[in-house]
Amino acid sequence: MTRIDNKPSGAGSAVTVRGLVKHYGETKALDGVDLDVREGTVMGVLGPNGAGKTTLVRILSTLITPDAGQATVAGYDVVRQPRQLRRVIGLTGQYASVDEKIPGWENLYMIGRLLDLSRKDARARADELLERFSLTEAARRPVSTYSGGMRRRLDLAASMIGHPAVLYLDEPTTGLDPRTRNEVWDEVKRMVGEGVTVLLTTQYMEEAEQLAHELTVVDRGKVIAGGGIDELKAKVGGRTLRIKPADPVQLRPLAGWLDELGITGLASTTVDAEGGAVLVPILSDEQLTAVVGAITARGVTLASITTELPSLDEVFLSLTGHRAGAPQDARPADDRQEVAV
Amino acid sequence: MSTATATPSSTATTAAVPGDARITLRGHLRHTGALVRRNLLWIRQDPESMFDALLMPVVFTLLFVYVFGGSIGQALGGGQDQYVQYVIPGMVAMMSMTLSQGVGTGFSEDFNKGVMDRFRSLPIGRGSVLFAKITVELGRMLFATAVLMIVAVLVGFDITSWPGLFATVGLSALFASSIMWVFLTLGVVLKNAQSVQAMGFLVLFPLQFGSSIFAPTQSMPGWLQHFTDYNPLSTLADAARGLMIGGPVAHDLWVTVGWSVVITAVMAPVAIHKFRTKN
Repeated sequence: MTRIDNKPSGAGSAVTVRGLVKHYGETKALDGVDLDVREGTVMGVLGPNGAGKTTLVRILSTLITPDAGQATVAGYDVVRQPRQLRRVIGLTGQYASVDEKIPGWENLYMIGRLLDLSRKDARARADELLERFSLTEAARRPVSTYSGGMRRRLDLAASMIGHPAVLYLDEPTTGLDPRTRNEVWDEVKRMVGEGVTVLLTTQYMEEAEQLAHELTVVDRGKVIAGGGIDELKAKVGGRTLRIKPADPVQLRPLAGWLDELGITGLASTTVDAEGGAVLVPILSDEQLTAVVGAITARGVTLASITTELPSLDEVFLSLTGHRAGAPQDARPADDRQEVAV
Repeated sequence: MSTATATPSSTATTAAVPGDARITLRGHLRHTGALVRRNLLWIRQDPESMFDALLMPVVFTLLFVYVFGGSIGQALGGGQDQYVQYVIPGMVAMMSMTLSQGVGTGFSEDFNKGVMDRFRSLPIGRGSVLFAKITVELGRMLFATAVLMIVAVLVGFDITSWPGLFATVGLSALFASSIMWVFLTLGVVLKNAQSVQAMGFLVLFPLQFGSSIFAPTQSMPGWLQHFTDYNPLSTLADAARGLMIGGPVAHDLWVTVGWSVVITAVMAPVAIHKFRTKN
C-alpha cells in the first residue's frame, strides 16, 4: 500500500484505489475495493448491475465522496484535491452526458470554454474533434436528432477536449446495437493508441476482451478476481460450448457424463436448464474436437452445438460458484475473498 | 505509434495547472458565460419556452384590469383607470415572482440528465452553473416586464416617472434573484419538475394573494394585514407604486431590499452546498 506522490508523468499507476468504501444505508455499494490502473493501459471493471461499478467511477470523478479508503488519480487525491483532479480526467457516463437540446458543436465549444480554452482554441478544438469522430456533418444539428451511436461518439469527443490523462468509460456501449457498439470500440481503441489511460466499466465479457488489458471483476461492492484477460479466460475456460441434446431428458445425464470425462478447461461443466443446454468450458480446439468425438461415440443426438465467449454470468459461475448478484449462497465466498485481500 | 506524441501533451496539460488550481474571477465569468450561452441556445431551439414570459403579462393584465378593474377601482374612489394605475406596479412585482419559479423546474429537469454529471466533473466553480441559470432567468424576467409595460400603456397606464420605472425593474430583479436561490434549492433537492412546480405554487400563491398586489389591504382582517405588511411581495408592490406613480417609498424599499439580502445570504450557500453534494 504505497503512498504515491509521484508526478503524473512518471510511469506507473495512473489510478490507485485502496480500501474504498461507500454505503447507501444498508446497501454496500463499495465494500473495500482495491484497484491499480497502470499508465497507458485499459483496466476493465467487469460486473453485473449493482456491483458498484458506477459508484466507483463517480468517486473517481469527484461526483461523490467515499465513506472510507483512499483513491488517487494521476497523483491527485479524490477528496483533498478535487479541483486539480478534475483537470486530468474525462468522463463518459452510462447515459450520454451531453446537452441534447443544443448542437454537437455547441456542446464541444461549451466544454472547451469551461476548460478555460480561449474562444479561438475552443472553436478549433470543437472542429477538430467533430472531424475526428466523424460528426462534422451533424455539427450544427441539435443532439436530440442524433442516433445512439452518434451521441456516444459526441460524448467521447466531449471527454477528450481537455486532453485527459485518465478517461473513465462507464458502460460506454450499454443499450447500443452490435454495429454501433463496434463503432464505439474502434474509437476507444484509437484513443488508447494515443496513450490515454482508460478505466472501463462493462457488463460484457466480450467488451472487456476487446478493449481491456487487465480486468477486475467486482460483485456487490467487492473485488472477486483480477488479472490479465488471458489469465481470467483460462480460469473461466476461454470459450464455452453450448450443447443442446435433441431430447431434453438427456440433459442431466449428458452433463454428468461429460463432467466425468474431464475434458473441460479449468471450470466445470454446468447445466442451463432453461436453455436446455449443457455448458462446457474449453481451452482449445483439441478439446472441442474431443468433446464432439465423445458425444458421437456415445450416440447422443444433438439439436445444436455452438461455441461462445463466456458470458458475464458464466465468468461469475466459474469464479465464485454462484450466479452474478445472487444474494444467498454467495456470502461465505465473498467473506473469504475479503480476508484474502 | 502516436504514443510518443500524445503522452507528453497530456502531461503538459497537467503541468500547466497551478498548484492549488483556484478559479479566478475571470474564470468564473468565462464559465458562467459559456453556460449562459447554452441556456440561450435552448431558447433559440425551442422558442415556445418564451411563451410564458410573453403571454403571462398580457393575460394577467387584461384579466385583472377588465374583470376586477371596475369594482376595485370604485372602491379606490375612481374607476377602471384608477385601478390600472394601482395594479400595474403590482404586476411588475408579481411577474418577478412567478417567472423566478421557472428557474427551479428547469434546473430539476437538467439534473435528471447526464450533462449535469459532466459539469460537476469539470474544473469549474460549482456556483457557475447556478449563476448562469439565474442570469438567463433574469433576462426572461426583463423581457416579460417589457411586454408588461407595453400592454400597460395600451390599457391606459400613465408612466409618470421613467427613473421610477427603471428603479422598480432593478428592485424586482434584486428580489427575484434572491427568490431564485430558493427555487434552485428546490430544483436540486426535489426529484422532478412537477414536485418543484407544486412546491413553488404552495409558496407563491399565499404570498401573491395575501399581498397588496391586486387590491389594497385596508379592508383585510387585522391579522392578515400584519402578514401583508411584511410580506415582501406587498412591500415590493408598494415600493413599485411609490416609485412609478409617486407616494411614500422608503419603508417598503428597505424592507424589500432587506428581504432580498437575507434570503440570498441564507439560500445561496444552501443551494450551492446542495448542488455540490448531490449524489
